[in-house]
Amino acid sequence: MPTVSMTVNGKSVSKDVEDRTLLVQFLRQDLGLTGTHVGCDTSQCGACVVHIDGRSVKSCTLLAAQCDGSDVTTIEGLATNGELHPMQQAFMDNHGLQCGFCTPGMVMSAVDIVKNHPNADEATIRKELEGNICRCTGYHNIVKAVQQAAKAMGG
Amino acid sequence: MGENGIGARLARKEDPRFLVGKGNYVDDINRHGQAYAAFVRSPYAHANIKSVDTSAAAAAPGVLAVFTGDDIAADNVGPLICGWAITSKDGSPMNMPPHTVLAQGKVTYVGDHVAMVVADTQAQARDAAELVNVDYEELPAVVSTGDADAAGAAQIHEVAANNTCFDWELGDRADVDAAFEGAVHVTTLELINNRLVPNAMEPRAAVGDYDRATDSLTLYTTSQNPHVARLVLSAFFQIAPEHKLRVVAPDVGGGFGSKIYVYSEETACVWAARKVNRPVKWTAERSESFLSDAHGRDHVTKVDLAMDGDGKFLAMRCSTKANLGGYMSLFSSAVPTYMYATLLAGQYTTPKVYAEVKAVFTNTTPVDAYRGAGRPEATYVLERVVEAAAREMGMDPAELRRKNLIQPDQFPYETPVIHTYDCGDYGASLDKAMEIADYAGFQARRAQSEANGKLRGIGFSNYIEACGIAPSAAVGALGGGVGLWEAAQVRFNPTGNVTVFTGTHAHGQGHETTFAQVVSDQLGVPVENVEIVHGDTDKGPFGMGTYGSRSIAVGGAAIVKAGEKIIAKGKKIAAHVLEAAEEDIEFAEGNFTVAGTDKAMNIGEVAFAAYVPHNYPEGVEPGLDETSFYDPLNFSFPSGTHICELEVDPDTGIVEIVNYTAVDDFGTVINPMIVEGQVHGGIVQGVGQALIEGTAYDPESGQLLTGSFMDYTMPRADDVPSFNVDTTVTPSPLNPLGVKGCGEAGAIAAPAAVMNALTDALGTEAIDMPATPEKVWRVAQSRQAQAAE
Repeated sequence: MPTVSMTVNGKSVSKDVEDRTLLVQFLRQDLGLTGTHVGCDTSQCGACVVHIDGRSVKSCTLLAAQCDGSDVTTIEGLATNGELHPMQQAFMDNHGLQCGFCTPGMVMSAVDIVKNHPNADEATIRKELEGNICRCTGYHNIVKAVQQAAKAMGG
Repeated sequence: MGENGIGARLARKEDPRFLVGKGNYVDDINRHGQAYAAFVRSPYAHANIKSVDTSAAAAAPGVLAVFTGDDIAADNVGPLICGWAITSKDGSPMNMPPHTVLAQGKVTYVGDHVAMVVADTQAQARDAAELVNVDYEELPAVVSTGDADAAGAAQIHEVAANNTCFDWELGDRADVDAAFEGAVHVTTLELINNRLVPNAMEPRAAVGDYDRATDSLTLYTTSQNPHVARLVLSAFFQIAPEHKLRVVAPDVGGGFGSKIYVYSEETACVWAARKVNRPVKWTAERSESFLSDAHGRDHVTKVDLAMDGDGKFLAMRCSTKANLGGYMSLFSSAVPTYMYATLLAGQYTTPKVYAEVKAVFTNTTPVDAYRGAGRPEATYVLERVVEAAAREMGMDPAELRRKNLIQPDQFPYETPVIHTYDCGDYGASLDKAMEIADYAGFQARRAQSEANGKLRGIGFSNYIEACGIAPSAAVGALGGGVGLWEAAQVRFNPTGNVTVFTGTHAHGQGHETTFAQVVSDQLGVPVENVEIVHGDTDKGPFGMGTYGSRSIAVGGAAIVKAGEKIIAKGKKIAAHVLEAAEEDIEFAEGNFTVAGTDKAMNIGEVAFAAYVPHNYPEGVEPGLDETSFYDPLNFSFPSGTHICELEVDPDTGIVEIVNYTAVDDFGTVINPMIVEGQVHGGIVQGVGQALIEGTAYDPESGQLLTGSFMDYTMPRADDVPSFNVDTTVTPSPLNPLGVKGCGEAGAIAAPAAVMNALTDALGTEAIDMPATPEKVWRVAQSRQAQAAE
């Protein structure tokens, strides 16, 4: 089994994994970071989105081995010193989550969306969220949350 | 408790854990020594199983055991059951076919469970499942709802001739037919209510765990009703006696009905845990969810509405065929009957209603309750035919409705289809929705759209639903096998904070917040000092779970009743300590006060006195911990008006919802923010049903063609708009909170509103859900061609 090393939420990790291990399996099963979720098997739902080297990526679509040497941030690593990231806070303020299952991926995607489109209008936010499915909220409050966070993040 | 009590837009107590990745879903649970299960599923819709050869799988690396239907049956586990008995028109009972945990002898849908492999790792279990060699004799498949009972159709179950489970009716056919004789106008529609896949974002999962020391089993499972799951697994599936079985439903990632039922997979996992003497875990892949989670809807209906010359409704007649799929799921028989036909009076004074429902088996995934469960189907039938009637009679659809609405002074109102509505003001919701939607300005907007080459339409949906399910005696009288009361335990801890156990379960609804607001409001304890506990049969009293928008109306009422007992006991304690008569003690905002004095104890001090009873009334037990079992007096009846306005591009068939207004009457609203969120989510599921969500089976082979998120169109953020959501309030007089329930309203109202708007835009009723761009384009093109002729 190859050894895979990467930085996850600021900590260096190194594990021997089966070749076929997906990044999401590595995070959930080998590292116990169960905040990243698996909602489908066709890379459609986005519940598994994490940041790799600062960009949002569906962690079900990468092998762990492909991420050797990468810097990975998961939902567990987004808050700093116990203070919610502005996107997390905005989701809470705007009731942008219900069952919470899509939420980690939704938040990680949204952070990247705001980074790339700091002044996005509603239509752009909706278009950019297309890779993340939520079955609970109807998106209305997620969109509001992203708009609030964009302001807080300096957009 | 002022700012955080009833009516406050309080941010949710559950949010912080979900936002930082600390939720605890079933797939996040790992038990020491855990093995993994994988299921071998039928690739055929209908086949006899000639043999199952497990030898190669059993010899594969890491495999602990391979089980077949015969192995489980040998332990007398199963069969799966339907818990609601329906009697056909001719007095005969419904035909319930055998439904073994793993198939024995035949399979009846693609995805049916044939064998189970248990191995050291998930990958090994899945690899070995590929090695199970099943010899199938393929049989012709029955797929279509409409044709399932046709002469010559393949027969799926021996006990169900013509693939018919039951042929049921409600109302007096001859009486209704006679009323039609006096009609000036009759509007008739034929409608399909499309099959939907619920698709909660968390796939179903289970971990079975056997404790050798106590000879007991624990099942961690994605359930909306863990106590009911324990009861069913114990009493009907013989997994273990109830006192030797614990069911835990931790954080659950959405349900929408699909996690009410007890499925084969969790039954097999908890059974296998004892067999292999190790914890056994299974997590569905989404492809498995599509095949094996109970689907929703799937009706074919013909409806006739009789009116006098003024548009007053005289009678309605409705004939429906409902698809049950390959077997009967847990509450599958109740959904197209008592959850459906009993709502066909809607908000109207229609004096006579007749409904008949034939339930048929097909070689498809079993069908059961999905958000709304029967009530969306009823609303769709009724609101489509009312809108069509207005068009046929040249009347404004709002005015036709208004002419027939039950008036506020008519409550309690007994409908011709069982229910007695408690309260409502349907005209108020209609007026408010029309104002918000600027109905008056619609014709100008339509003209503008026309000038831009677009077709604009507007549509109403005046829905009513029966929630707060339900008075146990009524349920029993209608064939239900359970009581639908709810239990709550309110436990003051000695230091004055409160633990509340509820038999309901939250999987997105925010009960930890809403219920804490109720408790805070009633008992005067800060919200942050109230913990709501659910989802574990070893904690708190038995309960019936969450479905049918029952949690606040029944579970919330139970909490209030337990709180009343806390206050009553607290008065005795306070009276003793304050040296006053019990009847002189008043309770308000957390303080027990001697009337007319400033002598007072707060409820925390009373709790401490109850647990340290040194100075304590004689004859009163120590402790401050009260339980209530609350059986509701009636269903609750949320209602409202939804108005959809949309624009069709006839060149592409693309439909854009440009304005969607919902005005709902949920009675008292505890947390408006959470209630609005429930409405938003429901609307999008309803919009999805109307425009994009379709479940397609190959009509010949019975293969599910829409078995992934790449094929089944889940609404995404760019498919829907933001919404105008508001309320009117008529508090229910029948429960202590005046609440009605809000979880399903959006999904119930939206399909009719969207389709009424679309048929208005297209100028024809002849388009079925899901009205995909291709269908819309074809209709728009043919309408334009007709107009040009």
